[in-house]
Amino acid sequence: MTNHWVDMVNADVVLIMGGNPAEDHPISMNWLARAKERGTYILHVDPRFNRTSSIADVFAKLRSGTDIAFVGGMINYALEHNRIQEEYVREYTNASWIVGDGYGLSDGLFSGFDAKSRKYDRTQWAYALDGKGEPKRDPTLKHPRSVFQLLKQHFSRYDAEAVCRITGTPKESYLRICDLYTSTFAPDRAGTWLYAMGTAQHSHGTQNIRSYAILQLLLGNIGVAGGGVNAMRGESNVQGSTDQGLNWDGLPGYLKLPAEADGDLKAYLKRVTPVAANSASANWMQNTPKYVVSLLKAWWGDHATSDNDFAFSYLPKLGGGFQGQGYSFLPLTHAMLAGDVKGLFCFGQNPAVGGANARLIRSGLDKLEWMVVADLFEHETAGFWKRPGADPAKIPTEVFVLPACSGVEKEGSIVNSGRWAQWRHRAVKPIADCRPDLDIVDGLAHALKRAYEKDGVFPDPIRDLAWDYGHEHEADPHRVAREMNGRFLIDVSNKDGPSFAAGKQVPGFAQLRDDGSTMSGNWIYCGGYTEDGNLAARRDVTDAPNNIGLHPKWAWTWPMNRRILYNRASVNRKGEPFNPRKWVIRWNAAEKKWEGDVPDGGMPPGETNPFIMLASGVGQLFSPDLVDGPFPEHYEPIESPVKNSFSKTQSNPCAQVWKSTEFDRYGTPDEFPIVATTYRVSEHWQTGAMSRNMPWLVGLVPNAFVEIGTGLAKDLGIKSSDRVIVSSARGSIEVYALVTERFQPFFIEGNIIHEIGLPWHWGYAGIVPGDIANDLTASVGDANSAIPETKVFLCNIKKKGLV
Amino acid sequence: MNDDEKRAVDAAPPEPTRRQFLKGLTTGAAALGALSQTEGCAPVAPALKTAGATNTTTVCPFCGVGCGQVVSTRSDHVVNIEGDPGHPVSEGTLCSKGASAIQVVNNDRRVKKVLYRAPGGKKWEEKSWDWALERIAAKIKETRDKTFQTKTKDGLVVNRTEAIACLGGSALDNEEAYLLTKLMRALGLVYIEHQARL
Repeated sequence: MTNHWVDMVNADVVLIMGGNPAEDHPISMNWLARAKERGTYILHVDPRFNRTSSIADVFAKLRSGTDIAFVGGMINYALEHNRIQEEYVREYTNASWIVGDGYGLSDGLFSGFDAKSRKYDRTQWAYALDGKGEPKRDPTLKHPRSVFQLLKQHFSRYDAEAVCRITGTPKESYLRICDLYTSTFAPDRAGTWLYAMGTAQHSHGTQNIRSYAILQLLLGNIGVAGGGVNAMRGESNVQGSTDQGLNWDGLPGYLKLPAEADGDLKAYLKRVTPVAANSASANWMQNTPKYVVSLLKAWWGDHATSDNDFAFSYLPKLGGGFQGQGYSFLPLTHAMLAGDVKGLFCFGQNPAVGGANARLIRSGLDKLEWMVVADLFEHETAGFWKRPGADPAKIPTEVFVLPACSGVEKEGSIVNSGRWAQWRHRAVKPIADCRPDLDIVDGLAHALKRAYEKDGVFPDPIRDLAWDYGHEHEADPHRVAREMNGRFLIDVSNKDGPSFAAGKQVPGFAQLRDDGSTMSGNWIYCGGYTEDGNLAARRDVTDAPNNIGLHPKWAWTWPMNRRILYNRASVNRKGEPFNPRKWVIRWNAAEKKWEGDVPDGGMPPGETNPFIMLASGVGQLFSPDLVDGPFPEHYEPIESPVKNSFSKTQSNPCAQVWKSTEFDRYGTPDEFPIVATTYRVSEHWQTGAMSRNMPWLVGLVPNAFVEIGTGLAKDLGIKSSDRVIVSSARGSIEVYALVTERFQPFFIEGNIIHEIGLPWHWGYAGIVPGDIANDLTASVGDANSAIPETKVFLCNIKKKGLV
Repeated sequence: MNDDEKRAVDAAPPEPTRRQFLKGLTTGAAALGALSQTEGCAPVAPALKTAGATNTTTVCPFCGVGCGQVVSTRSDHVVNIEGDPGHPVSEGTLCSKGASAIQVVNNDRRVKKVLYRAPGGKKWEEKSWDWALERIAAKIKETRDKTFQTKTKDGLVVNRTEAIACLGGSALDNEEAYLLTKLMRALGLVYIEHQARL
């Protein structure tokens, strides 16, 4: 989230799309309800009328996978009706930048596409540069090759008629949403955009979110109170574990893992350190070398010196990955099935249920030599070798299940959607033989250090690993948190600035250095555990002087306790808030200091562009950084019931579509005419690994089901509680039918298209077993993030027993 | 501060605002107390199960809202988990999952011992931690050493193994996730993923 939960009350209009907070983030609804009491409009866009829709002022249905058409039409509406925050767009976005002659769009394909590799040559989308090498600009926004005019041209095709024909949204509710939401272009009005996996899990998921960001920038809604693009996170620490770099291509703090071509530290830093795109850019990430070297010092301590490139060679280097597709979840599961992956760890994750194309994944588990599971309950992945239909005798995998602790049996911090790192205290000792994951990892590290004492291939990174968190098997989370923050390794003095003694905690990442004199395991957490103590444990609810619910002394927020990201965009170039009523920061000219939230960089107002984390410093309406196009373009999902009416390019040409195994099959609308999506219910959680073992929750919602609209159910002779078979090209499952009016048919290009929904919480373990919805989903990944397209696929459905 | 002192400080509620005080009156014991007073009878409500218990604050383990919870314990046993009225996001409220959180802790279905299944085996065997950690370390070393790539064919230094994968982290604390990243990268893993994509 750019903003946070309490901030939703500051919005004038809330738009929720691809999410259902009433059931998946229930307590957030307190804030939406409070906002509504104050006159805020709540708009909800979803394939299904759910509990969030029931409190919305306007609900608009859309067919799954058509977000870009929907939002593209809103962008067009804002531009056509001149509902843009003009000063913000001119000053704080790249609207005025001139794009070079190479860029173009033809029949759904951007320029530079190579059909063989299915990749774009992105240099064709470059800006036109002036003599200084900076992008040319036209502040009047009238130049035909300005980003603003190209944006207008691009989205002019997305008129309400064309949009509603694709999305199946009734035009009246569509226009009502366009009108209400774009009303937030006024500087003293704010609109917040909330989304979740319903947005992300598509073959064009990243571009879905891009479309939200473009609209928010046009309306001046980023950086302000009650604004932002806000991902509602589904797990209690999915934000924090992402921050810690548990992704294939990253390191803590969103630093990039080196690649093969990065021969040494210098070459790597040159590649990953951005260069300012213009003189008004603060380009904060020019500090990347300080964060990388401080991380290497945290990991390899005294063994990381300037003489050995700070042990840079100890880091693994990324190659092309499995079949050239990298190392993310889909190539990982395919590599497992191919027998390339021999050993697997699952720390609190249950891929046998939660992963796309789950049958493929379970067959992949059969190929492992060993697997280690750390969890609270014996879930489907732990017991995959005795799943229905499997013969354990034929499965060679050695399986270890390590009993982990629940949150109350240990202490540490977790980060909510609003980036608040909150400390959890230990209430009881671990039950039975359970251990915190911290002790499990610590125990493993010590065992590995012993194993590599005498021999082993390239043992140095393990032997030299700085690892001292207290007594073995009783690691101290405070020591770890202090390492993440970082400390000075020698006495450090700054010219005209403060000095710091060796051993002291670093007060903030501005003090980190690239010469080995500081260490910090995760630079974005630097400032969270300082000489002032563990700030994540704070419990002071006092608000900041702007009184907009920042609660700056409650817990701690990265970066530097900033509660609203990009808050420099909430003020004009003089430092005056666009909305004085709900100001986030403001410049006190008399005292020459910022007031309110922690500003995005302490420099005074003026020339500096507000988006300091971007090399351009401005919001990117046009973004050559994405692999599948600088503007979002409507494509159909990989499995779709209709042809793309916008172009001959049916689906995202850069999507990751796996076709290499017997499990990678795709359906056509003839055989599978119904659109399917997956969702969650408030009584269960994710794969059900916890909730399906909790008697109260199982009592509330015991069984797996499919939700079917009344019309479709009548056509198929299905009643609620019937057992039905839902099938896709990947397989079939048997569940109960739940017939409701919440799914209504879509009228798409003259056809009636039905959509159904499947909660994905069930599996063969737990108190009440049920079939696995992800057995139906496909191994299709988004072009940019490789997130699987589980929110839309084709299926068929019939009553059990009927032929 | 020792653990108990820390807990006591952490659990000390902030000064209640008027709104919070009034809200308290509508729930639980306060409501019962008020009722019996108005009727002029001796209190009929049984003693609260949390009476005399130690309170510790925590954050709900389920979704990303991050609601505050108060855990009441007696003799190192959790007797109650409910919403933390002092929490600025959740203000004492919890959803169906958060309100059931005690069943995450006190649950007979929990895995309570290290379980091991041998290749081709038909059932779990209980093992000791020491045995399991040494055995796992040996498996890691065997696989890593057999598959470790120090250089590509073109001579580029890569120092990685593509034969071990690590999944998960969203249910871990930051400190745990950080140490997991640190250890797995030190081993040379490139297949590292967690729930952000699922």
